[in-house]
Amino acid sequence: MDMKQPVIEFEGAAVTLGERTLWHDVNLRVLPGEFIAILGPNGAGKSTLIKAILGLIPLSAGRIRVLGRTSHRGSTEIGYLPQRHAFDADTRIRGRDLVQLGLSGTRWGLPLPGLRRLWGGDRTARAEAKRVQEVIDLVGAAAYADRAIGELSGGEQQRLLIAQSLVTRPRVLLLDEPLDSLDLNSQQAVSALIHRVASEFDVAVLLVAHDVNAILPYLDRVLYIARGQTVLGTPHEVMSEETLSHLYDTPIEVLHTRDGRIVVVGQPEGVAYHAHDHAH
Amino acid sequence: MTMPTSALTLLLQPSWNPVETLRMLLSYHFMQNAFLAGTFIALLAGPVGYFMVLRGQSFLGHALAHVGFAGAAGAVWLGISPVVGLLVFGALAALGIGALGERGGRLSVESDIAIGTVLVFSLSLGLLFIRLASSYAANIYAFLFGTVLGIRDRDVVVIAVMAALGLLVLAVIARPLLFVSVDPEVAAARGVPVRLLAYAFLLLLALSVAVAVQVIGVLLIFALLVTPAATAQQLTTRPALGIVLSTSLALIVIWLGLSVAYFTDYPVGFVVTTIAFVFFLLARARRGWRANAWRPARIARAGGVR
Repeated sequence: MDMKQPVIEFEGAAVTLGERTLWHDVNLRVLPGEFIAILGPNGAGKSTLIKAILGLIPLSAGRIRVLGRTSHRGSTEIGYLPQRHAFDADTRIRGRDLVQLGLSGTRWGLPLPGLRRLWGGDRTARAEAKRVQEVIDLVGAAAYADRAIGELSGGEQQRLLIAQSLVTRPRVLLLDEPLDSLDLNSQQAVSALIHRVASEFDVAVLLVAHDVNAILPYLDRVLYIARGQTVLGTPHEVMSEETLSHLYDTPIEVLHTRDGRIVVVGQPEGVAYHAHDHAH
Repeated sequence: MTMPTSALTLLLQPSWNPVETLRMLLSYHFMQNAFLAGTFIALLAGPVGYFMVLRGQSFLGHALAHVGFAGAAGAVWLGISPVVGLLVFGALAALGIGALGERGGRLSVESDIAIGTVLVFSLSLGLLFIRLASSYAANIYAFLFGTVLGIRDRDVVVIAVMAALGLLVLAVIARPLLFVSVDPEVAAARGVPVRLLAYAFLLLLALSVAVAVQVIGVLLIFALLVTPAATAQQLTTRPALGIVLSTSLALIVIWLGLSVAYFTDYPVGFVVTTIAFVFFLLARARRGWRANAWRPARIARAGGVR
């Protein structure tokens, strides 16, 4: 473990929004290939933590380093999948174009995706088209990548968005509730896909989740945020009655079902926390 | 074949020979100007319309056209060129709508209330300016429905320069604009200046409206700005092809519209709008038919492998 350099380092990091400190004294070292879940009640600051890594939200204390550099906007080393609702049914753009925009969408000037081929393709265009096809194949979206994104199911859209976040060959993947709007089967399939990406390509994954169960078999660690505090550890260390009761400062029951699922009972969901980081 | 009863009817019979018809169409200077201006407008309205429809900002384009009405009327009152009024008012309204629709550092120009407020205020301003200028009804009519057959040489030059400028700006911002239009959050995280692009597109839209209003008028502007783009998006989901299609349709619509109007008694605006509308209906019907044809395959897939 010590041989590897951490890809993300939090050192006493804190975020204050207005009067309220969302979380503070967060220390975290994420190693390449690690799969970490970020859990906690609504409004605890899970999405904010992701945005702080992206450099979209400033810290009030401490620092976050990504691949040895202070976090900043616009890094191609970070793949990002924001929390979102499904695409509008009228979005008349192919999934393939959405993935392609992950490569070319930050470039000024012509050509638009596709136009290049009309003008007698150059080598970058072919290399990019190949790369786009690679990630589409990787997430298993080849069958529907050429259909309008708005016509696809939530699971299909999510796969294409994961493909987009992977297209720049990032070393860090930040996924904000990617399983939220999916049915149970899709949740399991997408979780397995994310795990495969993390281990095969040595990509560190930070995944915000509401329910830990779909990803539980794949997780290396859990970062639990509640009441401004964070706890870090293996899933079973963190998802224990002792840890969570201490964190919430109220008795919490953690049930283990026969099929290996974890159910947390008595957690004061959202109490005294307004959903600041939610749905935006 | 009956003998033509007058020289006028003789002149207005289209020939089966396309070259001959074209020669007849372009035999008058005002028609040459109309074709030139229409072409430049279509070249700008096609691509800009594509992005407007993709961004779901059609209502915004509609509002900017009404703002243009106030601008043009105000310019007439002040005795300056209507183009100046169109541009100044359009740009101010675009920035105003942007600022009113902005929430918490993010621009949501889709905000219908901000747009509607600016729209109705502009209309009333236009009404005031017309009263102050004691304009003829014919002037109002021209603003609302266009003056395609009354375009002077200088107007053609102004329209050409504005269209070229608009296309240049669009060419520079096209790819990041496509990115923020489809996926604003990821684009922002990747360092694309979302706010700058939102305002840049608003100004570009205002410019396009100002150019198009001069020919097609406030009320019929959708025939060139929205309908071809919406038709193109029914026909294809590829961005580059969509832009090419949208522009081609806008060109066909304006050329066909001018030609039909030349040989008939129908007003240009009506013919242009009708042709655009028919194209849209055909594209819509085609997509509906194809969706039906696909349904069995979809059901099989949904029940089969994920």
